[in-house]
Amino acid sequence: MADLPPPVQGPTAKEKKYDRQLRLWGATGQLALENSHVLLINSGPGVVGVETLKNLVLPGIGNFTIQDSAVVSEADLGVNFFLEEQHLGGFRAEHTCNLLKELNPDVKGNFITEPVETWLTQPNVLNPYTLVIVSAPIRSELLAKLSAHADAAIIPLFYIHSIGFYSHFAIHLPPAFPIIDTHPDPESITDLRLLRPWPELLQYAADKTTNLEAMDGEDHGHVPYVALLLHYLEKWKEEHDGQVPQNYKDKTTFRDIVSKAARTNNPEGGEENFDEAVAAVLKSLNPPEASSAVKEIFKAPECVLVRQDSPSFWVIANAVGLFYTKYGVLPVPGAVPDMKARSADYIQLQNVYKSKARKDLAEVLESVRFLERNANRSTAIEEKDVEAFCKNAAHIKLVRGRPFHVVPAEGSVRWGDRAKSIAQTLTFPDSLVPLYIAFLAWDKFVATHEKDALGGAPKVPGESDTDLEADNEKVTSIAFKIANDLVKEAAASIDEDEYATIKTQIGEFVQELVRAGGAELHNISAFTGGIVSQEVIKVITEQYIPVDNTCIFDGIRSKSAVFKV
Amino acid sequence: MEANAGSTLPNDSEAPRARWKYLDKILNRPGPFTDEDSFMPGEPVIESLERAKILVIGAGGLGCEILKNLALSGFKDIHVIDMDTIDVSNLNRQFLFRASDVGKPKAEVAARFVESRVKGVKITPYCGKIQDKDEEYYMQFAMIVCGLDSIEARRWINATLVGMVDPENPDSLKPLIDGGTEGLKGQARVIFPTMTSCIECQLDMHAPRAAVPLCTLATIPRQPQHCIEWAHIIAWEEERKEITLDTDDPEHITWLYQKALKRAQEFNIPGVTYSMTQGVVKNIIPAIASTNAIVAASCCNEAFKIATNTNPFLGFPETDNYMMYTGDESIYTYTFEHQKKDDCPVCGAGTIARPLQVNPNWTLQDFVDSLAERPEAQLKKPSIRTGEHSLYIQSLADLERQTRHNLTKKMSELVEDGEEMVITDKSFPTQFKYKVIFHK
Ligand SMILES: [Zn+2]
Repeated sequence: MADLPPPVQGPTAKEKKYDRQLRLWGATGQLALENSHVLLINSGPGVVGVETLKNLVLPGIGNFTIQDSAVVSEADLGVNFFLEEQHLGGFRAEHTCNLLKELNPDVKGNFITEPVETWLTQPNVLNPYTLVIVSAPIRSELLAKLSAHADAAIIPLFYIHSIGFYSHFAIHLPPAFPIIDTHPDPESITDLRLLRPWPELLQYAADKTTNLEAMDGEDHGHVPYVALLLHYLEKWKEEHDGQVPQNYKDKTTFRDIVSKAARTNNPEGGEENFDEAVAAVLKSLNPPEASSAVKEIFKAPECVLVRQDSPSFWVIANAVGLFYTKYGVLPVPGAVPDMKARSADYIQLQNVYKSKARKDLAEVLESVRFLERNANRSTAIEEKDVEAFCKNAAHIKLVRGRPFHVVPAEGSVRWGDRAKSIAQTLTFPDSLVPLYIAFLAWDKFVATHEKDALGGAPKVPGESDTDLEADNEKVTSIAFKIANDLVKEAAASIDEDEYATIKTQIGEFVQELVRAGGAELHNISAFTGGIVSQEVIKVITEQYIPVDNTCIFDGIRSKSAVFKV
Repeated sequence: MEANAGSTLPNDSEAPRARWKYLDKILNRPGPFTDEDSFMPGEPVIESLERAKILVIGAGGLGCEILKNLALSGFKDIHVIDMDTIDVSNLNRQFLFRASDVGKPKAEVAARFVESRVKGVKITPYCGKIQDKDEEYYMQFAMIVCGLDSIEARRWINATLVGMVDPENPDSLKPLIDGGTEGLKGQARVIFPTMTSCIECQLDMHAPRAAVPLCTLATIPRQPQHCIEWAHIIAWEEERKEITLDTDDPEHITWLYQKALKRAQEFNIPGVTYSMTQGVVKNIIPAIASTNAIVAASCCNEAFKIATNTNPFLGFPETDNYMMYTGDESIYTYTFEHQKKDDCPVCGAGTIARPLQVNPNWTLQDFVDSLAERPEAQLKKPSIRTGEHSLYIQSLADLERQTRHNLTKKMSELVEDGEEMVITDKSFPTQFKYKVIFHK
């Protein structure tokens, strides 16, 4: 053991416990979770919100608070896993909070039992929370108030329904929500710049392919495929007026040339490096143009005008935009996929890409510093943030958050600039927009019906067997009106038969929603708690790409849909 | 603000179904999509749900969720099988376990926890392997829900359930509901053995990761993972042959880590870490609570629909039977019908041999190695026969010795193009028929 490196510090207890998730979102994601404080405003059977919190407590969110004035009833015990018989008659917020806390001693939990109607009237009551989750039913003016708070405080707001076999959630994100660490599919991110090589890369390829035809079998079978492709591209250019393969036909011809150059008179009957080269032709020989989504970011007003107090994302985006304008390409990301090669040749190739990436980064960094001085910014952006941006520049995502629909007691649902797109989606076969409309109608019913005249808990459709039919008719007619208004607002022309089919679908979705009478099915709430918690984690860690902004789940057909409203 | 004490509330005898108020809304009322011929609202459906004996395989990340979900869906007689004990790295998602449970059997702890939390449900644990149990055992269940991380175990239970189907006895058909996750992705599928596409039909949807060729590990490592695999497969064999590698022993992992690090330094390869070493050696798959919740709930939702007919379920012949879930970029589900394959070695007619591409220049050893990785085979300890000969038999030591000499022969010397071969593997209660297709 004497020649081994010094003994290591094994993983800490925390690293051991969170090992399986740290492999996804890393230490920075974990830290973001630990610094967050999530508020759940709970109501109805109250399962979906608690299931969401369960999936946040387990991975170690910092703090959570449950606001819920309900008292534990027998019915809760048949649907909520985080309550026990001994809690009957006690506050649901208190006992669900305590049982959730048992799941992870690192998490702090709090509860509020004051009714939401009065609690929300107190000043600054929402200030401690970095993210708010609201579960339906909730009075529409309270939801509107929460939406206004999310706007003013620039915090994310989630609104969830879980009713019978169906669920829905919407996310109200800040108007500019950029994500650098989008975790793109590793298969799709290889950016080798084979059509825009720089001198060092060309030199490398030339060195590795000198006397290619005369190489012995061992050497020939170990030339990295990047060098092979560049070698044959140079030859192609000589025969095509300096042009690279232009279209699909050119590329397949080029691919055949590479394929034919492989040696087959060996025991393996082929060469792995040539196989890799052939496989890479179609996906690697593309001009490295930035996606339209990335170009949108460069054109965004926040990017064009960097201010003293601009978030650092925009300063870096401006600098990378300058780089793109100057060279027509994004900074080189610097990663090289594994390929058949000798160790030293591969490491050398990695270094060619890494040095170019470092050079590009240095140039972007210089622009960042210039912008900082120009805008009089006091603290310098950390180099590692600029580096992370450059590395994933092609896959950066900007979500433009906006409020979701708060269905008012008076007046109709407005679709604004989304009307046309939603009206169109409405007509797709298997569309879940009709189900979304059914949820809106359900909310409208809730907004206009009360359990008693005291202004307390709202009444949900289908609660009692005697009102089942009447409630169903009411919600259906509300839903039809919402659909009609949508079509009118979008000025869409839908064929009469087609519209009749859509209305049948809406009617069936409404009927199924009313059948549940406001009941949550544990499975559907557990499913929805799963997807909502996943989205909360994405939003808090600013990693992966969140839903923008509405998601519907149909537990009968086991299908989901995401659309923007 | 202290609320009422529990004792002042009406007790169970006064309202026996008070606890199931929400569930009963669905059990008592048909919906627009309910098949009224099979749905028996009210007492009949409640009784059949409570009587249905259901088996859960796996009490890990998915299993914990599945047990909770089934108990709160009205199932009363649940059995659970798991052979594992609780590890500290389970605690970030397997919510029925606490730090004080580390080292105890998962099935036992999970069963006791759910029983104590949800009154009136009976959960019978078995701490052991599914292979310990015979057909008679599996015959007692109405359906089986699987939350496993092992493809071998899935294929075993699948083949067993297909083999149990007796066309004369409808009770012998046991719906199999299977869930799986990896990171932010997962799937839920429903199988009606012999009637719809089975796990084996779908095997190529879950291709194993390609192993790094041994020569890369031995001579031309390029990635930190290559150095770790070298330490794992080659260095350990050379230097610590007498010690059985225990991937849960920190000393062993540390040894591998240091070996890998040293090798990486020799080749100027950056990036070897302790965590990566552990990940490569133990083949760790990232796992989080939310994906488990999604996939498990989807499985239990189908189980509930099958048991109650409250709504149509996945898996009915000629309808969707597979839901794929991806959560990395927004949320995406793809629900479709996976078609049953006529040449499926498990549920097919058994007369059609699957075509299998074979390089005639390979040695039999190369071919044996390739079987482990091929998406359509995934057999780790195959025994291979043709109509005429036993090419290589691993199931008995004597036969292994007698056939071992074939391993160095070329495939072209052993089989002919178009010839059928039968492959068996101890892990599976079935045989696989293939037709050799020589390429090039
Ligand atoms: Zn099959």
